Amino acid sequence: MEWQTVIGLEVHAQLSTQTKLFCRCATTFGKAANENTCPVCLALPGALPALNAHAVELAVKAAIALGCDVQRESVFARKNYFYPDLPKGYQISQYERPYAVGGGLTLDSGKHVRLVRIHMEEDAGKNVHAGTSHSLVDYNRACTPLIEIVSEPDLRGAEEAGEYLKRLRQILMALEVCDGNMEEGSFRCDVNVSVNRPGEKLGTRVELKNINSFKFIGQAIEYEVQRQRELIEGGGKVVQETRLYDAEAKTTRSMRSKEDAHDYRYFPDPDLPPLVIDAALLDRLRREAPELPHAKKKRYVEQLGLPPYDAGVLTDDRHIAAFFEATIALGADPKAASNWIMGEVLRSLDDKGAGALALKPAQLAELIALIKDGVISGKIAKDIFSDLLDGSQMPKAIVDQKGLVQVSDTGAIDAAVAQVIAANSKQVEGYKAGNEKLLGFFVGQVMKAMGGKANPTLVNEALKRALG
Amino acid sequence: MSTIEQLRERFIAKKASATELAREAIARAKKHADLNAFITLDEVGALKAAAAVDAQRPEGPLAGVPVAVKDLFMQDGTRTTAGSKILGDHVAAYDATTVQKLRAAGAVIIGKLNMDEFAMGSSNENSAFGPVKNPWDQARTAGGSSGGSAAAVAARIVPGTLGTDTGGSIREPAAFSGIVGMKPTYGRVSRYGVIAFASSLDQVGPFATTVTDTAHLLAAIAGHDPKDSTSADRPVPAYARGLEDGVKGVRLGVPKEYFTDGIAPDVRRAVDAAIAVYQKLGATLVDVSLPHTEHAIAAYYLLCTAEASSNLARYDGVRYGLSKGREAGLAPMYDRTRSEGFGDEVKRRVLLGTYVLSAGYYDAYYLKAQKVRTLIVRDFQKAHEQCDALITPTVPFTAFALGEKTQDPLQMYLADVFTVSCNMAGLPGVSLPCGFDAKGLPIGLQLLGKAFDEHALLRIARAYERETSWHERTPPGVA
Repeated sequence: MEWQTVIGLEVHAQLSTQTKLFCRCATTFGKAANENTCPVCLALPGALPALNAHAVELAVKAAIALGCDVQRESVFARKNYFYPDLPKGYQISQYERPYAVGGGLTLDSGKHVRLVRIHMEEDAGKNVHAGTSHSLVDYNRACTPLIEIVSEPDLRGAEEAGEYLKRLRQILMALEVCDGNMEEGSFRCDVNVSVNRPGEKLGTRVELKNINSFKFIGQAIEYEVQRQRELIEGGGKVVQETRLYDAEAKTTRSMRSKEDAHDYRYFPDPDLPPLVIDAALLDRLRREAPELPHAKKKRYVEQLGLPPYDAGVLTDDRHIAAFFEATIALGADPKAASNWIMGEVLRSLDDKGAGALALKPAQLAELIALIKDGVISGKIAKDIFSDLLDGSQMPKAIVDQKGLVQVSDTGAIDAAVAQVIAANSKQVEGYKAGNEKLLGFFVGQVMKAMGGKANPTLVNEALKRALG
Repeated sequence: MSTIEQLRERFIAKKASATELAREAIARAKKHADLNAFITLDEVGALKAAAAVDAQRPEGPLAGVPVAVKDLFMQDGTRTTAGSKILGDHVAAYDATTVQKLRAAGAVIIGKLNMDEFAMGSSNENSAFGPVKNPWDQARTAGGSSGGSAAAVAARIVPGTLGTDTGGSIREPAAFSGIVGMKPTYGRVSRYGVIAFASSLDQVGPFATTVTDTAHLLAAIAGHDPKDSTSADRPVPAYARGLEDGVKGVRLGVPKEYFTDGIAPDVRRAVDAAIAVYQKLGATLVDVSLPHTEHAIAAYYLLCTAEASSNLARYDGVRYGLSKGREAGLAPMYDRTRSEGFGDEVKRRVLLGTYVLSAGYYDAYYLKAQKVRTLIVRDFQKAHEQCDALITPTVPFTAFALGEKTQDPLQMYLADVFTVSCNMAGLPGVSLPCGFDAKGLPIGLQLLGKAFDEHALLRIARAYERETSWHERTPPGVA
């Protein structure tokens, strides 16, 4: 019989603020242990939280982009439990009254994945296990701002879950709300998975904790679905529990059962008044809201006539999309710009992020214009491309300086053609006998004779005439 | 000993240096060491601070004046214990906003005052450092939880101190010790750097021998603090000005629920006499009712314990303070640190608060108590529509004997019966001396004002003080 997989995701995204959620400590990653700490994030006696207004703005931006209903008033609550990485003995989060409810996002298939809510909360520190005798704690990450985005159990398999996560991450990055860095933990997720027979009630769900790559999320879901199916088919029952994914063994193992689950004793944090997001702030952020990647993609296809593939590549990264738009704004043909960006530009980045691109849209636009106007050939353009990458020189200047202007003088071309034909009588015979492929050979020879600068269209025409 | 105003005067007129004033205060503290008012008498730090004041010659409202603070206030580099073994060796790594403000006003802090552990108690008998003795009768309590803050002023060691009041912890010891103690409106004074007991109820406030000195202290510490999100962003009036304006035409509300049979006859007589003084001074009396008063204690002990159970979770043996059983693992460390570090009353309240917030009980206890709190707020709003301030006894009885109530926590909790409502409503309250009982123990008169109307409260208190001389009496053996 057929099985249905039901998945709901809880994504934790770190907000890209300079300072922490409730104190002024820096959020910089990779500092020496406990360098970014103060009385507040170390929970020294008497210290009190003071909310970071910038974090609220970023959180609201995300909620607007995801179509949530942003609440005028929301409440910070304490989630109480003991753990060494949690300095206060409670985490400040939002519980009964989150700042955003509802919303969702649409997958390529047209399927709409609904959100339950988004809430703001602080991150915990990090336990460092230093051998068997003791553990150390680094509180640099403690109190950094997070939003938790909770989806409805609308996803029906690892593939959909993956697309949802990629789309969500792309949106948050485009908004500059989150840097999306999964290795550093800026974007991580817990997965709720259950299986059932279509038409029957939902199965018991299992929570998979903190999986930090798209690859592992897929693998963990696949494994867990298989485990649950086999369990039920073998007459067993799925137990509600939290499981950890072991990436090396490619299995999940039980972390704690429902019975062991904490009673977090949530209650409103008396140290923080209710968070009020007023209409003025909401209006401003709505006005400033940038075009989202999927809307941009649609526009590139419908208005610029780009193939969907091109539009997808260009809109995947906000820096690349901005570069593309600036280039065509300077008059470059969209398809030509797209080809250059998807080819030479992206290749030049290697592993560097597109934010590191020094090349200027004006350089690429001029390069494309030089080709279009017949000043240089596409080949010459590719040859000089690497000289443009540091952003310092315009292509026209390089072309002039290196004397690379294309020769369109038909007299010079005809002379070169005559020379080549005279020197290669064997090939001329072959061509005349019907081996038209030899035309490429003659073009190559002419171009060689003219230092690569001849206008290829004119060379073709002259050869055909001469060999005609 | 002299008042804050007199000491400041001596300093400004260069009749005494801050160092001399600090030395005198330290000598008095040593002379009265048997009161156990101080947990830490910071002689070295105080003289260093006094030398700095002498070098800078500040002119602020507390210029050159020696003061002391409850051992709940973080003072950078100074031991800060909250009266608990769990923080017994803890040296503060930063300053409370109020500590900075005292210094900015020119004061010299000479030490940290004894208190009930984590401000939980009404007699100072819950201190890990032993009880404070009442200067009027050393067999009796000086009140709590700010017992040291009250005794140090009553014994004229320093003219002013700071304490905190969560359910009466300033007003009750002020009443028991025959001095003035004020709990400002919630949000009037920053709580940043003050160890939390119950965050929605805690408020910092001053003790002094006179109403005017109380006003000077309040003016020095009040005001908005961006580090405390619950502090109010509103201007601070010049509290010490206009205090002599009298009470002609002022309406004083007499809540019937505060004049019950449970009040000791001497207390009742003294408060009735005080009311008569106000009438004579031209105030009008209004009968008012605060119908939910009887539920205040029960609701208060649900809310304050719930918050405390969470606030005290940070004392876990990981980062600072007492740490026991590390070698045995995480759970044993938590167990042993907290079992050995907290005293009985703190444990009782943490357990009660944990229960109150637990799944399945939250609605019945925590939420219901919050609803009672809302009703109490409304009671006061209605009453204050009819009058400018309420007048009541501070405590139904005078200072009780040490050991008298320690076996019965519920009896101890009833010491707060007239003080907790004010915290639940977030309103300002002041206790001032209004007489002595047959045993020669001080009696406190309580005035409860409107939100952020401390100025009116001080003016009303001052009118009575000017007409009477209770505040001029000093305990036996105190000059």
